Amino acid sequence: MSNHNATADSSRYFVREHHPENGTLLGFWIYLMSDCLIFACLFATYAVLGRNYAGGESGAELFDLPLVAVNTSLLLLSSITYGFAMLEMQKKKLKPTMIWLAITGLLGAGFIYFELYEFVHLIHEGNGPQRSGFLTSFFALVGTHGLHVTFGIVWLITLLFQLKKHGLTPENGRRLMCLSMFWHFLDVVWIGVFTFVYLMGVLP
Amino acid sequence: MQDHMTLSQLIFGRLSWEAIPFHEPILLVTFIAVALGGAAVLGLITKYQLWGTLWRDWITSIDHKKIGIMYMIFGLIMLLRGFADAVMMRAQQALSFGDAHGFLPPHHYDQIFTAHGVIMIFFVAMPLVTGLMNYVVPLQIGARDVAFPFLNNFSFWMSVFGGMLTMASLFVGEFARTGWLAYPPLSGILASPDVGVDYYIWSLQIAGVGTLLSGINLVVTIVKMRAPGMSMMKMPVFTWTSLCTNVLIVAAFPVLTAVLAMLSLDRMFGTNFFTNDLGGNAMVYVNLIWIWGHPEVYILVLPAFGIFSEVVSTFCGKRLFGYTSMVYATVVITLLSYLVWLHHFFTMGSGASVNSFFGITTMIISIPTGAKIFNWLFTMYRGRIRFELPMMWTIAFMITFVIGGMTGVLLAVPPADFVLHNSLFLIAHFHNVIIGGVLFGLFAGINYWFPKAFGFKLDEFWGKVSFWCWVIGFYAAFMPLYVLGLMGVTRRMSHFEDPSLRIWFVIAAIGAGLIAIGIGAMIMQFVVSFLRRDKLRDVTGDPWGGRTLEWSTSSPPPDYNFAFTPRVHDNDTWADMKKNGYERPLKDFVSIHMPKNTGAGFIISAISFAIGFALIWQMWLPAVVGFVVLMAAIITHTFNYKRDYYIPVEEVVRTEDARTRLLESHA
Repeated sequence: MSNHNATADSSRYFVREHHPENGTLLGFWIYLMSDCLIFACLFATYAVLGRNYAGGESGAELFDLPLVAVNTSLLLLSSITYGFAMLEMQKKKLKPTMIWLAITGLLGAGFIYFELYEFVHLIHEGNGPQRSGFLTSFFALVGTHGLHVTFGIVWLITLLFQLKKHGLTPENGRRLMCLSMFWHFLDVVWIGVFTFVYLMGVLP
Repeated sequence: MQDHMTLSQLIFGRLSWEAIPFHEPILLVTFIAVALGGAAVLGLITKYQLWGTLWRDWITSIDHKKIGIMYMIFGLIMLLRGFADAVMMRAQQALSFGDAHGFLPPHHYDQIFTAHGVIMIFFVAMPLVTGLMNYVVPLQIGARDVAFPFLNNFSFWMSVFGGMLTMASLFVGEFARTGWLAYPPLSGILASPDVGVDYYIWSLQIAGVGTLLSGINLVVTIVKMRAPGMSMMKMPVFTWTSLCTNVLIVAAFPVLTAVLAMLSLDRMFGTNFFTNDLGGNAMVYVNLIWIWGHPEVYILVLPAFGIFSEVVSTFCGKRLFGYTSMVYATVVITLLSYLVWLHHFFTMGSGASVNSFFGITTMIISIPTGAKIFNWLFTMYRGRIRFELPMMWTIAFMITFVIGGMTGVLLAVPPADFVLHNSLFLIAHFHNVIIGGVLFGLFAGINYWFPKAFGFKLDEFWGKVSFWCWVIGFYAAFMPLYVLGLMGVTRRMSHFEDPSLRIWFVIAAIGAGLIAIGIGAMIMQFVVSFLRRDKLRDVTGDPWGGRTLEWSTSSPPPDYNFAFTPRVHDNDTWADMKKNGYERPLKDFVSIHMPKNTGAGFIISAISFAIGFALIWQMWLPAVVGFVVLMAAIITHTFNYKRDYYIPVEEVVRTEDARTRLLESHA
């Protein structure tokens, strides 16, 4: 192809058939980063308000670390099982993919169960989000994460139906990939929550 | 009876007949006028049987060009509302001296200045900027649509329904009386127990979803869908500024979403984020809202800088001076915009060291901005300048914006800011940069790209009338505010005692009147241009001697934008193509893969509007039902796998042959 003196050849200015790359994964990744900023705001708010107990109880008195440890392992495990689902998807095996996905969803549901248990327990003892700046920012941060996991589960169930209906088509593969990023992202955020809220919260 | 009460409360929440402002004559007359106008429009649509066309070709359209046009129409309509607020404020301040109290009671006046700010930023400037980016960017990069066409339609409707929620507050309940950023504790439930702040929150939350998604969409479009050969440093400057703006949107709007969500939790459920007792901290709100708010002003002005760059190089018939420095200046402004937020509240107790840091970062921003001004000047130097309307707006911008920029640097000095903070000097400054920068840029852009979108130029005479009224009106309206601000007059006042100030407010009101004539002339410009469209017709697709790819296709472009994707070899691709004797391909067309229209975006946005309304009035039952319906609608939409179709090759041939004949008949 001659780049110079190309006046004679006008076709150097167009491409007959051009298919731009699909941008879904990039777009979804950017969305996750924007979501990450929402968490950043909640973390920052917790950093400012997290020690404002307003005469109420502190994290050291309220947090039940063994419960949170169980919770954390459920969520981390669900990330691994999602990984297995993706491996099966790459082997184009529909059924194992769906089974691993279902296990992931159940582990996520277990996580939500324990989190709700913790929340109900706190509210019952008069330590609801209205009690102090600390509890407000705690419920907001942990609750937003929990809400995300809940939506992840709804999405996962929807995707199970779609997999059953259409199989491992390229579209469904892309959707699995997006949910995978979403799920691992929530895991990473949870590690932040676990460290900054729970572990550092029980420090004197 | 008790059960019945709770049920009706569950359904209607705080909403009752008292929310309808029968006792406010201004609102009542407005409502009647809007209702009659609306009925007339609906009647005309029905009479001419346009409902089908409207639904099929516009409301459900995912063509980026149509969505872009709809954004522009939305922004211009909201401009009329926002400007009506401005006129009322100017009139009130000119009248309300001493014993005279004007025509607006304080609680109404406070709503007006809040609504004016919110509408002008979120529902005028944002839609107009987004509209131009939507229309122009895919054409400039040689793409056939944006990366996520459905999301684009959805984003648009979320913005519109967010705006409609703000408009609804006019006739049902009231709007916030807190100023456009709704600082707590004033915006908290104790000081603002009514629905005003809730209207504010939910309008912005709904519109914010749209803005965020359209930001993601355009970033991916620019990163992934450029024509082959168009490396980053071969992108047109408008595309570059759009990229930076959308990166800013993605990085800033989540902060707004988070902070407004926290405010609404405080208001609805009595949490303690920003309260004065039980460990809340209102400064968290002020910091977070400005971490969004400062980038927001660059979100608005960067695309305007892009427009000026395109206009200057086109109307000087030259390549843009200093393309590389222009790109770097844009990127530097993008980064710096996150390092200056605290200059909005120097007086709120951060201490001298922190204030100095943010004062200095603020002043540093003037360096890349200054570089841009010099680049435009050097582009004009020894250029063959054609003083058409877009170029006139650009020159008005360069003068006005420099003045606004200099008062900005003044305000960046913390000690000066302690004197001028919250004064009319500040009001004059930011109107100076937003009108002189953003709005003049948008007007330049509208005049510049209108022939591309509609196939005929805008009328020059009425354009010039509009231009002169706007520019002179702007100076008359805002220069007096600088004077008043220096004398210590604070913002947001509905009444003054000192009669010696009055003359300045009268001059400002006259300026607002001139701007009103400018807006009227602009509407005339559209009407006259439409009537004279055969005279103003652009058959070439390149009415200005343009330099970028959007001018290589027809005006208006076909649905698929380009029959063949352009291959890029140089900056200013179209100028390069013209210079090297490019000939338009006339045969071997193929069918073209395109996305299919869908009503899902409109429906989901309409449901979101209903949920927002229910939450504002705390109508819990409708809110929950609405949410369930919303989830169902979204999930149903994901089961739609058939989202594309092919434009058959015959249709492409027909369209292209028609253009060939048109070009030959005018050769």
